[in-house]
Amino acid sequence: MNIVVCVKQVPDTEAPIRIRPDGGGIEESGLNLIVNYYDEHATEAGLRLRERFGGTVTLLGVQPERAKEALRTGLAMGADEAILVWDPALVGADHLSVARVLAATIRTLPHDVVICGKLSTDDNAGIVGAALAEYLDLPQATAIAKLEVDSTGSSAVVHREVEGGVEVLGIRLPAVLTVERNLNEPRYPSLPGIMKAKRKEIKVMTLAALGLNPEEIKQASARTRMVKLAAPPKRKAGRMVEGDADGAVAALIAFLKDEAKVL
Amino acid sequence: MAQDIWVVIEHAGGSPKKISLELLGRARQLALNLGGKVVAFLPGSGVKAAASALGARGADIVYVVEHSLLATYTTEGYTAALSDAVRAEQPSVVLIGSTAQGRDLAPRVAARVGATLVTDCASVDVANGDLTVTRPMYTRKAIGTVALSGEGIRIAVVLPAVYPVPPAEATRTADVRTGQVALQPGRIRTTVKEVRAIARESVPLTEADIVVSGGRGLRGPENFALLDALAKTLGAAVGSSRPPVDSGWVPHDYEIGQTGKTVSPQVYLACGISGAPQHQAGMSGSRYIVAINKDPNAPIFQLADLGVVGDLFDILPKLTEAVKKFKAGGE
Repeated sequence: MNIVVCVKQVPDTEAPIRIRPDGGGIEESGLNLIVNYYDEHATEAGLRLRERFGGTVTLLGVQPERAKEALRTGLAMGADEAILVWDPALVGADHLSVARVLAATIRTLPHDVVICGKLSTDDNAGIVGAALAEYLDLPQATAIAKLEVDSTGSSAVVHREVEGGVEVLGIRLPAVLTVERNLNEPRYPSLPGIMKAKRKEIKVMTLAALGLNPEEIKQASARTRMVKLAAPPKRKAGRMVEGDADGAVAALIAFLKDEAKVL
Repeated sequence: MAQDIWVVIEHAGGSPKKISLELLGRARQLALNLGGKVVAFLPGSGVKAAASALGARGADIVYVVEHSLLATYTTEGYTAALSDAVRAEQPSVVLIGSTAQGRDLAPRVAARVGATLVTDCASVDVANGDLTVTRPMYTRKAIGTVALSGEGIRIAVVLPAVYPVPPAEATRTADVRTGQVALQPGRIRTTVKEVRAIARESVPLTEADIVVSGGRGLRGPENFALLDALAKTLGAAVGSSRPPVDSGWVPHDYEIGQTGKTVSPQVYLACGISGAPQHQAGMSGSRYIVAINKDPNAPIFQLADLGVVGDLFDILPKLTEAVKKFKAGGE
């Protein structure tokens, strides 16, 4: 089974960010970068399919050179190959353009299943997976919490959490799947895996090599602009109540009735 | 039609979901600025009867697309229906609710019709021809303002519970139009085998006006019954922070936070939740935050409008009784 996993490098969610004074984005210097949390689950899903069906897991990123480090993490987990696509024209690219670049790259690879995280924790958009499915003309199942592939590898049954329930969906392969965090528990890279990953060559591709026009990507992306990035409005700590349960309950009831007006 | 605002109506058997009504209300306000009509896009099978209710909530036109293959939501069926309709009618803005369905549908449609797309919107405005939205980013450590320029179709996926449901105006009516979609069964490559309802969730978490949420401080799965009882009397939904999910006390669909759901209810009542940044990412947009925790230094108190330092095992049963009593008319 030929498995492609899309991987994004993102700022560590545990660490603070610094917003640039011009409000155009965040300061990159000194930023601790990690593999997008959900993409680790996507990589794990790919590795498990390979363990069952054989084949290869190819990691794919559309980011600057620095993202090689994130791809190496996936290689250390056990992925076979990694490709990084980058071009200066992709600075500020919108999600749909990124999906288009991913699709163009995946078309050059054999692919029976394409796996992405359900979203990336930096911009929280969740656009790329489904858009990628459209550009590749493949069926999709987004935010899956369970994956069962049939013995021939030609179809799967997945679970999706929907409002108030779980949707059980049958899907033909090849397909694009985006994954939830409870799909699996990602493995830690092994020491031999880490050593092996260090020696692996990460293939770098440009837009031109994929037959994509950088100007078109820039123009398409320019329709979506980040106007401003700002710190969220600070919530102020409010009133504190201590003491016995009866006093607390009285304060809670008064708050729900008079301030929040929900009683 | 170029300045029209469309709202994709998500419904259960023709009965529109709360988020869809919220978006109709917002579309009505935006239409004042944009000058176009509000169009409710209603896909399904046997759903035409629902059209009049949408007029009462603010739609000028209800655009119905009926097909036997649209009876249940599938990505490819609904993508075809919505894409064909917006290609034909070229609305300026399409609003879609941020639900499992909306998040699945919107990127696919945007990619197909060449629209621009922004998701996870906590506000939507129209100014100087731009569609301008705000959205939480970097696990809510920042709020981004994003503008989609006026060329072409613009799709915004909007979070639930940020706009009020507009009142129903019985005298308001909408024109009903019927659209077509060419669908062959072979083009839909997924099959919905079943939707297993989770019965205990009386109010969907992301739609609830009040969310009662529990953390590590509940000490075990059995104690979520305390939250269930309180939620029942308040008409609230029950959620959790991440530790109870990781410990297997409650399923993942309870989880609020960076790796779970984002909620913005009128009141968020955090019980035994310390308030790690991961959790704050999913709830700090709530209108009011109330916290009960025995640790006076818990970070949750930094954002709580009312902080109660105390033992939730004492307080919660008494609070449930007090709410019951209040609702029964006494105090």
